[in-house]
Amino acid sequence: MSNVLRPYLAAVRSTLTAALTLENFSSQVVERHNKPEVEAAGSKEVLLNPLTISRNENERVLIEPSVNSIRLSIKIKQADEIERILCHKFTRFMMQRAENFIVLRRKPVPGYDISFLITNTHSETMLKHKIVDFIIQFMEDVDREISEMKLSLNARARIVAESYLTAFNS
Amino acid sequence: MAPEVFNIAQTPITCHAFSADHKQVAVSLNSNDAQIYTRQGAAWTPTETLSEHDKLITSIDWAPNSNRIVTASQDRNAYVWQQTPDPQTGKVTWKPTLVLLRINRAATHVRWSPKEDKFAVASGARAIAICSFDPENNWWVSKLLKKPIRSTVLSVDWHPNNVLLAAGSADMKARVFSAYIKEVDDKPAATVWGSKLPFNTICGEYASPAGGWVHAVGFSPSGNVLAFASHDSSISIVYPDGPAIYNIRISSLPFVTLTWTAEDTLVAAGHDCQPVVFSGSEAGWQGVGSLDDSTSAKAGAGPRAGPGGVGRLNSLAFSTFRDADTRGHTGAGGTPSDTKLLTVHQNTITSVRPYEVRGGRVSRVSTSGVDGNLVIWDADNVSAVAGAFGGLRV
Repeated sequence: MSNVLRPYLAAVRSTLTAALTLENFSSQVVERHNKPEVEAAGSKEVLLNPLTISRNENERVLIEPSVNSIRLSIKIKQADEIERILCHKFTRFMMQRAENFIVLRRKPVPGYDISFLITNTHSETMLKHKIVDFIIQFMEDVDREISEMKLSLNARARIVAESYLTAFNS
Repeated sequence: MAPEVFNIAQTPITCHAFSADHKQVAVSLNSNDAQIYTRQGAAWTPTETLSEHDKLITSIDWAPNSNRIVTASQDRNAYVWQQTPDPQTGKVTWKPTLVLLRINRAATHVRWSPKEDKFAVASGARAIAICSFDPENNWWVSKLLKKPIRSTVLSVDWHPNNVLLAAGSADMKARVFSAYIKEVDDKPAATVWGSKLPFNTICGEYASPAGGWVHAVGFSPSGNVLAFASHDSSISIVYPDGPAIYNIRISSLPFVTLTWTAEDTLVAAGHDCQPVVFSGSEAGWQGVGSLDDSTSAKAGAGPRAGPGGVGRLNSLAFSTFRDADTRGHTGAGGTPSDTKLLTVHQNTITSVRPYEVRGGRVSRVSTSGVDGNLVIWDADNVSAVAGAFGGLRV
């Protein structure tokens, strides 16, 4: 793990810990409803300032806290066309199975590749520092996953090309 | 004395209220029912369920002298529960009395007035309902404090003179209102908050220092000082006569609840999972320390005994470097087995209340939290600030 990543993840970790100070808050707009305020956005005063942490122009995290929920969106590094395709397929695969990930959102926020929605119910039923660990672990793994996929894709392409071209060599 | 820890449930405890003799406690386990637990030796056993609400119960208060329970819920209702004998069997059960709240959003917080003839219900309808009993119809009627509240009221607290009411709300303000009801109250004597007090007089309005929702408010035992905790991780102490407000900014996560233990001390707790003591006077206020001595050895503390990591490489130095390297985690050392926090409460403390009063001071306080624990602390057993804040994971 490169040393450059450390301050970035540390910044995300402390922001996320501070943002995960959620409470049960029922809607002020609709009677007898209780919904994530960051999604409903019905009352302005219960939303906090969104915060962007960027490592460089291609990698950033957006954290939008509110009184009973936070939304965390990640822009994953995409250097070239292959990475873009891989990233799209990979995030799509996970978001189609969002209910298994519990905190994953089914659609990303515009401008980002994948979003998480953590509500007060999640912070009540799960350990808070473990949620933070999960997100950090995810951010760390997704880069590695995509570069590994890219390597194996390239290796596979090379083998395919070689075996295809041997047909003309003989 | 070590704190008494009771694990009531695996679900969050939204609120708790003790009976006057401390033999019973009413809690809401994040559900539509309020449970009454009775103490049997070192354990609490559920004895009765108060079920009338059809949404989450947000707050419970138990009047010590008249032995009545009031519950408030997100279904916009509140009920007053009284012990009445069943006409057929003679068995004493808790029976609900209707409260005409006239609010159309969730009720968030409820407190009996000191004389127990009124109670205040905070609500998401940008109003506070002040309820008094109407013997003709055998229900509780309410008068609404509306202006100038702009958002959900998160907490209320009564002044000892039974008339003034403090409220903290999500519009970043703490306010002091007059909740004088002609039919119930005698004319109140002048206080530092004002002398003429018709209903809905605003005796003070105080903004949180950095614009955070005001989670908790509290009058000091004399009623001359107001403290409030807000989401910008600060505690503010207001002296209305000398126009002084002391803001204490803390470096950790925000507090969501507070209670005064004496005229010069208060205990606040919240997302840090530990109750922190503040003390001071008109000359100034500061944090003293935590009631949770996280530095002391926790071995043999019953259910909280040491690390369990079987078959794991559990060296402290190893995990420190691994965490720093792979997860950007820079905390000093890991917690044992990495799932337990060093504090007694394992999640946010949602309610702290006085438990026992001795010699004019609150000698013990009780806390309940999202982790399902109910803890009774010795309020004088304060460990130093350095030790208390060292174990925080921020």
